Order: sequence, then C-alpha cells, then structure tokens
Amino acid sequence: MENITSTIQAVPLNHYILLSAIIFTIGVIGVLVRRNAIIIFMSVELMLNAVNLLLAAFSSYSGDASGQVFVFFIMALAAAEVAVGLAIIVMVYRNTSSIDINILNRLKW
Amino acid sequence: MSLFYVVAFLSIIFALLVIFTKNPVHSVLYLIATFFTFTIHYIILNAQFLAVVNFIVYMGAIMVLFLFVLMLMNLNTDTEPMKSTLLKVVGAIAGGCLLVTLVGSMKTLSSASTTAMDNTGIGLVENLGKVLFSDFLLPFELSSILLLAAMVGAVLLAKKDNKTA
Repeated sequence: MENITSTIQAVPLNHYILLSAIIFTIGVIGVLVRRNAIIIFMSVELMLNAVNLLLAAFSSYSGDASGQVFVFFIMALAAAEVAVGLAIIVMVYRNTSSIDINILNRLKW
Repeated sequence: MSLFYVVAFLSIIFALLVIFTKNPVHSVLYLIATFFTFTIHYIILNAQFLAVVNFIVYMGAIMVLFLFVLMLMNLNTDTEPMKSTLLKVVGAIAGGCLLVTLVGSMKTLSSASTTAMDNTGIGLVENLGKVLFSDFLLPFELSSILLLAAMVGAVLLAKKDNKTA
C-alpha cells in the first residue's frame, strides 16, 4: 500500500481533470449519436462515473472526506435511477416492441 | 506513476467501445470493463471504500440489471436502430466542441494543489464512516427514503397494467 499511495504524488491533478473531461465527452457523444435507448442510458452512467472520479480525485488531493461521501450518495442515487429508468425502458418496449427513441417523438406535443 | 496512465488509456478505449459497438450485449460488457478500470482508479487514489462500493454496486447490481433487461428484449445487431451519417458527424463535432471548451477552461485554472496529501487515509472506511454518520446523517437517512420510493416506482412501472391495456 505504501508504493501505491506514493504513485499519486507523481500524477498531477490536471490529468485527472483531463481524463474525466474525456470520459464525460464520450458519454455526451454517446447520447448524441445513438438511437438505442439502452445505449443512451449506459452513456448517462458513463457521465455519472466521470463526475464521481473527479470528485474522488479532488477529495483525495485536498484532504477533505466530504467529496468521497458525496460520491457515495451519487452511487446510491445512480442505483435508484437505473432501476426506475430500466423499468421505463421495459414499459416502452412492451408498448412499442422497439427501443428506438425516434418512436417516442410523438411525446413532443 | 505509469500505472495511472495505463489505466486511464484503458478507460478511454473501453468507453469509446461502449458507444461505438453495434451489438448492445457487447456494449454492456465493455461498460463492465470501464467500471473495472474506474475501480482501479479509486484504488490508486487510496479511496478504498469507494473502490469496494463501486465494484459491488456498479459491476454487480447495475450490470446485472442491464443484462437482464437486454435479455428480456431479445436485441441484436440486425434490430439495432442507427442514425444517419450526417447526424453522427454532427454529434461527434458537438461533443468535440464540448471537450475543447472543458480543456480550454481547465487551462485557466491555477495549478496550485498538484501535490497530494494522501497520508491521512481519508478514503478508509473508518474515517468516511465518522464523517457520514456525524455531518451527513440526515442526507444518509433521506437516501433510504429515495431508495424505497425508487423500488416502489420501478415495480409499479414495470408491472403489466390490466385495467387500461
């Protein structure tokens, strides 16, 4: 454990910000270019995880435990969100026999 | 030092594979790999409690949910709806603009706190538990109500409706 914790001193905080920005952008691109509702949902999970990693990195680098507690709450919220969202997707699939989100464009009125 | 960069590279590769693979089942499997690399990131950050919770919640609970829903729907590459090439290019360009904006705003940050003060062990279960049950006791209890509401809501939504349908 000693050599693991010594590696963190060598990595600048900016690189964690860069990694989180890249992963978050990949999630945004996934939401924009795909039409499968489940893939869009997975992209949202990717964005949530990028933010989690950034919060944990800030918490570690500033020596404040509140950030990691906040990540814990986000994880509990993500579990609830996944359950409700997948139930909605199951209901959409049962009513339309497809998970193409273009079918849902009748919602826009 | 180099372990972070290897794992970060793997994270980006797996995240790209999640959104560019045609088969939804492969997407879920790549998502599991991405979450595993995030677990390694938490271990590198010495946030051991978060690493364990990430492993159990994301790679256990959430991935089982995704796989079960995919199994119920019988999807494959043939039924996969795809957008037109123009919309894909526009989406990728918009995402690239977002990335440029984020990185550009990062450049204006002051790089003050680049050294880690990691010898306090704030990521351990003992220290996190003390903070969680003293300062954050009310949000912790409220999250149980959130989970209960989500459970009831999920059952209600996924239940077959006999009256209207």
